[in-house]
Amino acid sequence: MSEIEYHAVAKTDEIMEEDVKGVFVGDEEIAVYNVEGEYYATHGICTHENVGLADGFVEGDLIECPLHSACFEIKTGKAVNPPAEIDLKTYPVKVEGDTIYVGIEK
Amino acid sequence: MSDDRTFVIIGASQAGGWVAQTLRNEGFEGKVILIGEEPYLPYERPPLSKAALLGEVTVDSTYFWQQEALDEANIEVRLNTRVTAIDRDAKEIEIEGGDRIAYDKLAITTGARVRKLPIEGADLPGVFYLRTMEDTLAIRAAVKDGATAMIVGGGWIGLECAATLTKLGCKSIVVEAADRLCGRAVTPEISDWMYKFHTEHGVDVRLSTGIEKFEGNGQLERVVLPGGDTIDCSIAVVGIGVIPNVELAQDAGLEIDNGIVVDECARTSDPDIVAAGDVTNHPNDLLGRRIRLESYENAQNQGITAGKAMLDKAEPYSEIPWFWSDQFDANLQMIGLPQDWDETATRGDEASNEFVTFYLKDGIIDGAISVNNPRDLRVGKRLMQGKKQVTAAELVDPETKMQALLKR
Ligand SMILES: Cc1cc2nc3c(=O)[nH]c(=O)nc-3n(C[C@H](O)[C@H](O)[C@H](O)COP(=O)(O)OP(=O)(O)OC[C@H]3O[C@@H](n4cnc5c(N)ncnc54)[C@H](O)[C@@H]3O)c2cc1C
Ligand code: FES
Repeated sequence: MSEIEYHAVAKTDEIMEEDVKGVFVGDEEIAVYNVEGEYYATHGICTHENVGLADGFVEGDLIECPLHSACFEIKTGKAVNPPAEIDLKTYPVKVEGDTIYVGIEK
Repeated sequence: MSDDRTFVIIGASQAGGWVAQTLRNEGFEGKVILIGEEPYLPYERPPLSKAALLGEVTVDSTYFWQQEALDEANIEVRLNTRVTAIDRDAKEIEIEGGDRIAYDKLAITTGARVRKLPIEGADLPGVFYLRTMEDTLAIRAAVKDGATAMIVGGGWIGLECAATLTKLGCKSIVVEAADRLCGRAVTPEISDWMYKFHTEHGVDVRLSTGIEKFEGNGQLERVVLPGGDTIDCSIAVVGIGVIPNVELAQDAGLEIDNGIVVDECARTSDPDIVAAGDVTNHPNDLLGRRIRLESYENAQNQGITAGKAMLDKAEPYSEIPWFWSDQFDANLQMIGLPQDWDETATRGDEASNEFVTFYLKDGIIDGAISVNNPRDLRVGKRLMQGKKQVTAAELVDPETKMQALLKR
């Protein structure tokens, strides 16, 4: 079993509700979301082409890619409409105080 | 239960590919035959004037689906195959060489072809058009560092091509017959921005300029302008628009009006034939009129609609038209097809090349164009969809949170 290491990536007030922020943990680009006050994280790059989802648009619990409008479920990473067909990777998130931590496999 | 029906799709590109995929996604178990005259699997055209012309991507990577995925979905793809006729009485199509294929349902996704420039010398080697992978590969092979490239037409394709050829080390000259760039699609202010942007990036843009003829000895060497002036160049790319490929449908007696006329579910006047993509003239409920679009999103989503209609699961398709273009380091996106607005509002700074201009009619967004700001445009699209009342002043105000306007 691989171990998960949590990394501080942002302060809670940096990401408004229905918003997304792009962060890096090492070389890994991650998108962190606020859906109704809960924080989630997915891989930061659309699975269709090489585009950052942090420039995308959050609606409800979906993130829409800024380039060709593919949508993914923020909580599960599931690709819900074309052109994307591959699901997004998701990461565990925890909040301590006002800091958001994203868990990455070591 | 096996299904012995055969569904045939003419045109193996984006719209046709999505029709085929949708049939399978919706559980169709009969035969699916996707026929196209090009030698490639369905591929994305947007990179043709961008990454593929730059040589940054391989041909394979532009395929919507790799061969294995099509095999797995049991979609029979026949490439290099031109369909020559549709016989609606016999419910058969004819392919080049005379073979016939029977269909139970038929989809026409024949797209569009380039409009040719009817002037002397246009058939000289070195004069190109840009619609297919073959075109892109041919232009790439002809481009030499330091060459002068003449781009005829200052629309989307011409401007993307000018940007890419400049990046490849060419001196790009754009000649546009109208007095501004992209005149059919954007406001004069955006045309001015485009002019400035391209000029700053080293493109020589000449407005209100046509060309008289191409000249050269067995190969393009120069263009001649109407006054008799000449400009030396070794390649030219003509981008003056496209013509929908309606001939098959027209000869078969289907209704045509700037495209194959379909309803909101992509059905033609024949109950067994649907059509989708660049080739259709379709009603758009949100705009309240019929339109023909040349866009990626439309080819995909109307293709999906057509596939469902073939299975009698018709669902109306209507969405706000959306289009993007990449030129140098600018990502432009447009929503709507604004025709008569009474106000515009620009959020952000044109000089910094990051802004969005909204077109307002009676306090409702009727369209928008963004440069390097896809997010605000997306919110604009939602505001437009929801017909939300907004003012130019609040859109312009950097303090306004766009997302908040949606909550009204
Ligand atoms: C260079 C370029 C850049 C673009 N960039 C963008 C962009 O940035 N953003 C955007 O939104 N859109 C862009 N587009 C537009 C988008 O690619 C098109 O709208 C889309 O490809 C339309 O798909 P389609 O399947 O309807 O038609 P097409 O892609 O035209 O496909 C039709 C297919 O049918 C085949 N065919 C036609 N007649 C027959 C026949 N009789 N028998 C067999 N086969 C036949 C053709 O060979 C072709 O392969 C661009 C287009 C081009 C050319
Ligand atoms: S890059 Fe995200 S949908 Fe195409």
